[in-house]
Amino acid sequence: MNGKKYKKKITGAYVIKRLRESWQLYVLLLPALIYVAVFSYGPMYGIQIAFKNFRPSLGIAESEWLDPLLKNFIRFFKYPDFWKMIRNTLSITLYSLATFPCAIIFALMLNEVRQIRLKKTVQMVTYATHFLSEVVACSLVLMMLDRANGPINNLIALLGGERIPFITNPKAFSSIYVWSDVWQNLGWSSILYIAALASISPELVDAARVDGASRMQIIRHVNIPGIMPTIAITFIMRLGGLLSVGYSKIYLLQNDLNLSASQVISTYVYDIGILGGQYSYSTAIGLFNNIVNIICLLIANAVVKRLTDTGLF
Amino acid sequence: MKGRKIKLFDMVNITLLLLLTFVCIYPLYYTVIASFSDYIPVATGKISFWPVDFTTLAYEAVFENQEIWLGYRNTIIYTVCGTLFNLFLTIPTAYVMSKKRMFGHTLFTWFFLITMYFSGGMVPTYLLYKNLNLINNPMIMIVTGGLSVYNMIVARTYFSSSIPESLFESVKIDGGSEFDQFFRIALPLAKPVVAVITLYYAVGHWNSYFNAMMYLSNKKYHPLALVLRRILILNESVVSDDLLANMDVRILEDLTQKANMAVVMKYALVLISSLPLLVAYPFVQKYFVKGVMIGSVKG
Repeated sequence: MNGKKYKKKITGAYVIKRLRESWQLYVLLLPALIYVAVFSYGPMYGIQIAFKNFRPSLGIAESEWLDPLLKNFIRFFKYPDFWKMIRNTLSITLYSLATFPCAIIFALMLNEVRQIRLKKTVQMVTYATHFLSEVVACSLVLMMLDRANGPINNLIALLGGERIPFITNPKAFSSIYVWSDVWQNLGWSSILYIAALASISPELVDAARVDGASRMQIIRHVNIPGIMPTIAITFIMRLGGLLSVGYSKIYLLQNDLNLSASQVISTYVYDIGILGGQYSYSTAIGLFNNIVNIICLLIANAVVKRLTDTGLF
Repeated sequence: MKGRKIKLFDMVNITLLLLLTFVCIYPLYYTVIASFSDYIPVATGKISFWPVDFTTLAYEAVFENQEIWLGYRNTIIYTVCGTLFNLFLTIPTAYVMSKKRMFGHTLFTWFFLITMYFSGGMVPTYLLYKNLNLINNPMIMIVTGGLSVYNMIVARTYFSSSIPESLFESVKIDGGSEFDQFFRIALPLAKPVVAVITLYYAVGHWNSYFNAMMYLSNKKYHPLALVLRRILILNESVVSDDLLANMDVRILEDLTQKANMAVVMKYALVLISSLPLLVAYPFVQKYFVKGVMIGSVKG
């Protein structure tokens, strides 16, 4: 904004004057600055071990650099399961991206309900599941799908079907992960859309109705365009995390039998890094994952910005 | 004829919504009825809408488990202390960052924003904590995740859009300092957003298990979520050996029955652990929703 105007004036004396002017603001900011410097930027200093042969006895700075500097990255790309993990990560995230419209449809449906009390009740009930902890939500999923005594298999058995071992079936893993997410967050993710729908001018809707538009037509030509900016923003946010799946949730649903479908990059980092002690190698993998995520976010932002004129930055 | 068409639309719409709501809530409802049922009907799939052979045996067994209560206590301590630490870091920062006139504002904004998208990653973070002697130290549950930049932006948006600038001006004219503006004007007026942020952080602390799993190996420090993971996900036996010795021999005659008992106890455990949230939820729901709304306004 005024950057250019100031740039010329920035001298030591000027800075000190500006800082002294509102020193109390900086005092208020200080705890957070120190905290973020230590706990967020501190680990960034440690990223260098991705390029080093880290030995705990030597410390981060003293450990020597790797010979081909990218040795750990090359090792990861050549790892036989590399593509399997990328595929698992992508298929889970793309699958969950495909459920993105669910919350929008839910909001549009709810918006059509004229009975206020019914609407409020549905909202309250569907928001509630969002607050279950991951551990509880996943145990509910496991208990519901349990082969021996879960209600879903009980129903299947009652209808004369064969009991299905959902939890241990690698093919079912991504569906379980994605749809349990929808179950938990459907109501919650619809809040923004419901609010956006409420702010669409009633005159617009009335005008369309006078013109003889049916309710489906109003939804298509008035409601959906009305919430498009909101959809764009939430969509970018989702795209940004293309390679960041909720590893803590995957970890809960993971078992030895579905590992071929449930091993993703971040759970692998935990397994070999924290549990296995291969610090340098797992740091490299984590860094790779983080960089891909940032690239995804930037691309998504650029594309959406071009299409709809809204973006994060 | 138009009237009938609209009614059909409503009927389909409402039926679908009710169906969705049912699917949403049924797992929780099933948990309630299963936890109050005898283990045989649960294990054999005899319950669907009402408890069968009503009993509170599962709860009695869960209440006997010391680990669960220790976990409960730990979680409460972590949640209360952690949330206070979060507020101490978040609210002043959010206030300061709402002052665009401040020298270095852009620099500080980037300083915080970068951490939202780029992090050191799991292992470097672990190594840092190791150097700070925080591994296997319960303090870690309070210290980690001290500042959520997202929550800070939510609060910042509130400060910059919901408190009229003229209020601050009047304090300034009266000779008040920056501290006066913050403590006398901003803070008292920020109650709604403080409530929202507190709830967000508190729910986060209550529910988190991964940090504890990574950093705390000593079982006596484990929060409830981690105890739950051991029992519910990893299927560690809920029935402690002491309990087995004291319980009616008839009930736990053989191992199958013991396993069945564990199934019912899991349902009871899910309820007991989620109870504080489920009880408080209807009262605080509107604050959560408010938080989502404040957060969505671009600041």
